[in-house]
Amino acid sequence: MFKNLMSWIEYRLPFMDKMNLHVMQYPAPKNFNFWYFFGSLAMLVLVNQIVTGIWLTMNYEPSAEGAFASVEYIMRDVDYGWLLRYMHSTGASAFFVVVYLHMLRGMMYGSYQKPRELLWIFGMLIFLVLMAEAFMGYLLPWGQMSFWGAQVIIGIFGTIPFIGEDLTLWIRGDYVISGATLNRFFALHVIALPLVLVILVFLHIMALHEVGSNNPDGIDIKRDNDGTVEQTEADKKFTFHQYFTRGGKKVIVDAIPFHPYYTVKDLVGVAGFLLVFAWVIFFLPEGGGYFLEPPNFEAANPLKTPEHIAPVWYFTPFYAILRAIPHPFMGAVAMFAAIVALALLPWLDRGKVRSVRYRSGLHKVNLINFCISFVALGVLGVLPAEGVYTLLAQIFSFTYFGFFVLLFFYSKNENTKPLPVRVT
Amino acid sequence: MSNAPVDHGRRRFLTIATSVVGGVGAVGVAVPFIASWNPSERAKQAGAAVTADISKLEPGQLIRVEWRGKPVWIVKRTEETLQQLAETESKLRDPGSEVQQQPAYAQNQHRSIKPEIFVAVGICTHLGCSPTYLPNDFSAQVEGIRAGFFCPCHGSKFDMAGRVFQGVPAPTNLVVPPHMFIDDKTIVVGEDEGAV
Repeated sequence: MFKNLMSWIEYRLPFMDKMNLHVMQYPAPKNFNFWYFFGSLAMLVLVNQIVTGIWLTMNYEPSAEGAFASVEYIMRDVDYGWLLRYMHSTGASAFFVVVYLHMLRGMMYGSYQKPRELLWIFGMLIFLVLMAEAFMGYLLPWGQMSFWGAQVIIGIFGTIPFIGEDLTLWIRGDYVISGATLNRFFALHVIALPLVLVILVFLHIMALHEVGSNNPDGIDIKRDNDGTVEQTEADKKFTFHQYFTRGGKKVIVDAIPFHPYYTVKDLVGVAGFLLVFAWVIFFLPEGGGYFLEPPNFEAANPLKTPEHIAPVWYFTPFYAILRAIPHPFMGAVAMFAAIVALALLPWLDRGKVRSVRYRSGLHKVNLINFCISFVALGVLGVLPAEGVYTLLAQIFSFTYFGFFVLLFFYSKNENTKPLPVRVT
Repeated sequence: MSNAPVDHGRRRFLTIATSVVGGVGAVGVAVPFIASWNPSERAKQAGAAVTADISKLEPGQLIRVEWRGKPVWIVKRTEETLQQLAETESKLRDPGSEVQQQPAYAQNQHRSIKPEIFVAVGICTHLGCSPTYLPNDFSAQVEGIRAGFFCPCHGSKFDMAGRVFQGVPAPTNLVVPPHMFIDDKTIVVGEDEGAV
């Protein structure tokens, strides 16, 4: 009876076949390490943001008059409102933590290289939408930092020659950031951008499953079936979806099915993540002033600028680049270029070897240079722009871009180590 | 069902014609969506000119009025301040106010209609923060100059005519809004009706 029902459905919508294709019979390299947690964790955080976000809209009031008070209302009077809000606000920071680590993983193991360029591009688009989503969400509590942070960010568009002034007027819908701005940001934050985000995540995963996951060794696990590939006993144990073997044209080595092996492994990651996440929510929900900034506990006041305006921590590396350049428009261009450079990595890196494990010492040093520059810019973006901090921001902006320039030149003829035949 | 051979020219024409008409329609539909982001009539009304009473303004005092949601400063400058405007000029980026940040009638050393009354939009020309008025302690920022404006966001400095100093992020002088005096006691910000 049940079997008949299943096959009735299967004939009309091949659900089990798709589950096999993407989950039960999806071949994943067997050597995934710690760094491979962050993709699934990003999805977990996305779900957290969507669910807590829906619940927050049930009590939030998107108007200049009511927004700040409604957030206080959620925090004080709504049952567990404080928890839902802290899950959402901490989730925003957690999203960037896991996404930055996920991106670093891709850079370490060359996961952006051919044939995963489009996968990387989708990832960068997700990152862009995520930044827009976070920026617009930060305006909604209508606190001082919401208001003045938005003032600075919208001001960036105002630096564009000729059209800047009109463009900012159009974005704000008023001569100043007002209820009109708040309402449209609310609409974009809760409907438009989450929709785009979910679609992009879907495309990201579809693109991933088409080309297959990379791994810490950066070598292919799908080989041409030319008779030279020897499968071990372990390889023969598993059946993968025929889509991946291309009807016998490909042989899959050193792979395990995504389910149950990586679903279980990711669960361990989820447990570890939730432990830290819950600890922050309960004991450090403001993140020491970095997740929720102190001036934001005061309602927005257009006539009073806070002493020191700093964006939330996840924007600070790019913000530091913006400030490092004395010319406002060129600063904005440099900030945008810092993101575009990342998106262009598949073409800036001309190397054939993917993983940092088998690349030159120069590449290792350069990658460390990138990490140090990024973190240093992040720290400088929080500090006031004066004296030695400005100089340091200029130096680290230079080394940040230097990473890409150096990579482009040495990667063509890089002194790499021999790749292993099988994953280690 | 006719079995006439496919007329490729006709098919191409119909495809292109349909695409063009559809494209025009798509552009037309986009208009209301984009235009609805412009300031509404109510927002435009709220952006009208404001009047302020300056009869009780003391020398050195700054009052703020809100025009289009922005803080507009009205400062009565002291004699000392007016004299120091000449001293700062060598350290300024645009001492002659060449960049059009003010109405033509305010393009002078004191950037105002009456020398002592200075009117400016209190928003830093870098990224839109509101600078702090330092009536007595500005010498910590620029040596020897008693009063000025200092932006806490990124450290931009302006003299008492809203002129920007060199070596700070702000590229231009503060904006002087259109303004006029109805009589000795009343000033209108946001409208000048071609006043002198």
